[in-house]
Amino acid sequence: MKRQIPLIITSIVGVVMVVQYFIPRQPFAGLFDTFNRWFLIIAVFALLLGLMNLVRLHVQKLRRRKEGWGYSIILLCGLVATILTGAVWGIGTGSPFDYIFVNMQQPMGATMFALLAFFIASASFRAFRARNVDATLLLIAAVVVMLGRVPIGSLIWNKLPTVAEWIMFYPNMAGQRAIMIGIALGTVSYSLRVILGIERTYLGGE
Amino acid sequence: MLDKLLKTDRRIIFAILAVVVIIAILFPVGLAIQVSEPARRLYREIESLAPGSYVFLSFDYDPASMAELDPMALSVIRQCFREDLKIVSLGLWPQGVLLGEANLEKAAEEYGKEYGVDFVNLGYKTGGIVVISGISTDLRNVFPQDYTGRDIDELPILNGIDNLEPFKLVVTFSAGDPGVRHWVMIAQARYGKKVGCGSTAVQAPAFYPYLQSGQLVGLVGGMKGAAEYEQLIKLPGLATAGMDAQSFAHAVIVFFIVFGNAIFFLKKRSNSR
Amino acid sequence: MLVLFIIGSLSISAQDTPNDAGGSITLGFSYTAPFVSGEVMRKEDGGEFEKIATVSPSDTHWIDNSAKDGVKYYYQLILTTEEGVVTSEPVSAVSSPQWFHRGRTVMLIMVILICGLILFFIRQARGGKELYIRRIAGLEAVDDAVGRATELGRPVMFIAGIMDIDDLQTIAGLTILRRVAKKTAEYEAQVLMPTSRSLVMTAAQETVKEAYYDAGRPDIFNPDNVFYLTDDQFGFAAGCDGLMVREKPGAIFLMGSFYAESLILAETGHSVGAIQIAGTAMPSQLPFFVTACDYTLIGEEFFAASAYLSKDPLQLGSLKGQDWGKAIFLALILIGAVLSTFGITVVKDLLMVQ
Repeated sequence: MKRQIPLIITSIVGVVMVVQYFIPRQPFAGLFDTFNRWFLIIAVFALLLGLMNLVRLHVQKLRRRKEGWGYSIILLCGLVATILTGAVWGIGTGSPFDYIFVNMQQPMGATMFALLAFFIASASFRAFRARNVDATLLLIAAVVVMLGRVPIGSLIWNKLPTVAEWIMFYPNMAGQRAIMIGIALGTVSYSLRVILGIERTYLGGE
Repeated sequence: MLDKLLKTDRRIIFAILAVVVIIAILFPVGLAIQVSEPARRLYREIESLAPGSYVFLSFDYDPASMAELDPMALSVIRQCFREDLKIVSLGLWPQGVLLGEANLEKAAEEYGKEYGVDFVNLGYKTGGIVVISGISTDLRNVFPQDYTGRDIDELPILNGIDNLEPFKLVVTFSAGDPGVRHWVMIAQARYGKKVGCGSTAVQAPAFYPYLQSGQLVGLVGGMKGAAEYEQLIKLPGLATAGMDAQSFAHAVIVFFIVFGNAIFFLKKRSNSR
Repeated sequence: MLVLFIIGSLSISAQDTPNDAGGSITLGFSYTAPFVSGEVMRKEDGGEFEKIATVSPSDTHWIDNSAKDGVKYYYQLILTTEEGVVTSEPVSAVSSPQWFHRGRTVMLIMVILICGLILFFIRQARGGKELYIRRIAGLEAVDDAVGRATELGRPVMFIAGIMDIDDLQTIAGLTILRRVAKKTAEYEAQVLMPTSRSLVMTAAQETVKEAYYDAGRPDIFNPDNVFYLTDDQFGFAAGCDGLMVREKPGAIFLMGSFYAESLILAETGHSVGAIQIAGTAMPSQLPFFVTACDYTLIGEEFFAASAYLSKDPLQLGSLKGQDWGKAIFLALILIGAVLSTFGITVVKDLLMVQ
C-alpha cells in the first residue's frame, strides 16, 4: 500500500495535467496553476526540513568538535543574524538585512560567478586539443566565436563578428534544436513511464 | 619539458588571466563595439512604441548575474523613460526585485520620472510560471500591493490595468528559471504578447531558436549585448567599460588554446620520431 | 483650390474569443484612414451603450474580458479623427467556454501518436521480444567509477542538480542515484550527496537508504551523508566545491538540472582527480560537462539511463517508441524544409500550435 498510493496519485495527476492542456474551460483551465500552487506550498514547508537538517548537522559538528567546526559557528551565526535582522527591521532599502544582502550576499554571489572565467580558461586549455577532425572543428568554432563576439575580433578581421554570428545562427541553432527535440521526446517517454508506474525508482524502490 | 608544459598548473593560467583583466580595467583601450542584430531588434521594438505605451519588465536574476544583466536592464529602462513609456515591473527571483528597483530609481532620477505615475515595482511573488499566468488574467489579484506595500488602486499608473492585455511589450532580464522560457510559454504563446529578453551569455545560444521563430522580438546576450545596448542608447556604462577586459580575457584564453595545441603537436611529432 | 478629405471606412467584428475558458469577446476592427483615438462602447439587450475601453491608432483588436457567458453583448466603436467622429454599426457576440482548444489539435495528434508508439513497443517488449539498445559509454562507466573510488578508499559524490523534485531531470537523477548507491553499498563505500532542495534531500535519503538495504548493508548506511546545503545557486556550488576539496571523492556524478554552476562543479571535481560522469538535459550546460567531465550523458541519454541500467524490457520498449517518434519528426523536418524552400509552407502551417 505504501508504494501503491503514490503510484496511483502520480498516474491520476499525470493524466489530468496532460488532459487539462487541451481543455480550455473551467475547472480544467485552472488546474495547472492550482497544482503548481499546491507544490509551492509543500516546497515552502519543506524548507523547514532543510533548515532543520542543516542546523542539526552543524550543531552536531560543533558538539563533537569535528574538523572544520569553526566554520559551523560562522554558518549558524550568519543564519541567525540574517533571519533576526529581516524579521525585526524588515527587508526594505537601508535596513540591516539590506546591508547584509548588498555587502555580503551580492559580492559573494558575483565572486562565485566570476570564477567561471578562470575555470573556462583552464578547461579550454585542457580540453580543446585537435586530436581528430571533430575536435579540430570544435576548436576552430570555439576560437572564432570567442574572438568574434568581443570587440577585439573585429580588430583582427572585420568579418570575424559576422562569421561568429553565422555560427551562432546556423550550426549552433541546428545543434540546439536537435538536442531540444531529443530532450522533449526523452521527457515524453520518461513521463509516460512514470505515469504508467513502470518507472518507480524515484519512490525509493525498484 | 613538453609534458610539463602540457600539464601547466592551472593556477598559472588563473594568475595570467587575472593580471590581464586587471590591467585592462585599469587602463582601458576603448575598443569599438559592433552592434549585433538581435540586440538591435529589441532596441527597434522599443523605439517603435508610442509615448504612453505600457511596457512590462521582469527582473529574473540574482547578484551573481548582475555584472551582465544590470547594465542591460538599466539601458532598457533608460530607453523606456526617454521614449516616455510607462514601466510596470516585478521580479520572479527575490533578489531581482531589489536589483531592478535600484536601476529604476537611478534612471527615474536621471529622467525626472515619478514612482506610481511613470513606473511601479510590484515586487516579488513566488511561483514563477504561476505568477505569469496569474498576472496575464488578473494582475490585481496576484499583486494587490506594490513593492512598498502601497495598495495598487492608489497608483495612477495602474488605473484600468487589470492584466497583461494593455502591455505592448514584455522584457525579461533572465539568468535562469523562472525566466525567458516561462514568459514565452505563457505571455507570448498563450496571450500573444511580444516578449524580448536580456540573458546571460551562457544561456543566449539556447534562445536563438526562439528569436528565429519570432517568439522573441529581440535578444540581448551577456555583457557584450549589454555593451551593444549602451551603444544604441548612446550612454556607455559598466558593460562598455568591461568590454576591453572581456576582449583581452578572450584573447588570453585563445592564446592558451593555441599554445596547448602547439605543444600537443610538438609532442606528437617527437613521439613519432 | 482643391481640398481633399480622407474618408476612411470602418469595419468592426465581434466574436467569442476562441479556445478560452469563457468570459471573453474579441473585437476586431480596422479603419482605413488615420484616427486620433477610439472608444469601445458596449450594451446588453434593452440597455444603453456605455464606454468600456479606449483604443489607440496602433490597435487592431481589443479583448473584452468582463463579458458574462451566455449574455448577448452589442459593441460599437467611436473613432475621433481630425475631420470629426466616426461611429461603427453595432455588432454583437455571446461569450462561451470551449471544450477543446482547436489550436492544439496537432499537438493532440502528436501526443497520441508518440504515446501510442511507446505503448506499442512496451507491449511488444512485454511479449518477450528482444530490443537492441546501443552502448552508452557514460552508463557503462558507472560501475567502474564506483569501483575506482572504492579502490582509492575515497567516497562517491552525487549531485542531483539544483532544481526541485518537480523537475523531471531531478527525478531522472534520483533513478541513477539508486543504482550508484546500491553499487557503493555493495563495495562498502559511502555516497555523499549535498542537495539544493529540501524535498530532494528527503527523496534522496529514502532512495539511498533503500539502496543500502537492497544491497544487504543497512549497517553502513549513514543518513547524514545526504544533507541539505542551500537553495542559493552559487552558495550551493561553493558548498559542493568545499566538500570536493576536503573529502576528495574518487568518483563524482553530476546528474540533473544545472545552470551556470555546472563548470565550477566540474572543474573542481577534475582538480581533485575524481572520475566524473555527468548527465543533464540543459543544452546550455552540455558543452561545459563535455569539456570538463570524463563522460557526459546528453539529453535523452540521461532519461534513458534508468532503462539502460535496469535492462527492464518494459522500459527498453519505451525507448524504442521514443526512437520511432524521433524518426517521424526527422521525416517531417526534411519534408517541411524541402517544401518551405520552394515556398510551400503547408507542413509548417499544419504544425503550428497556439
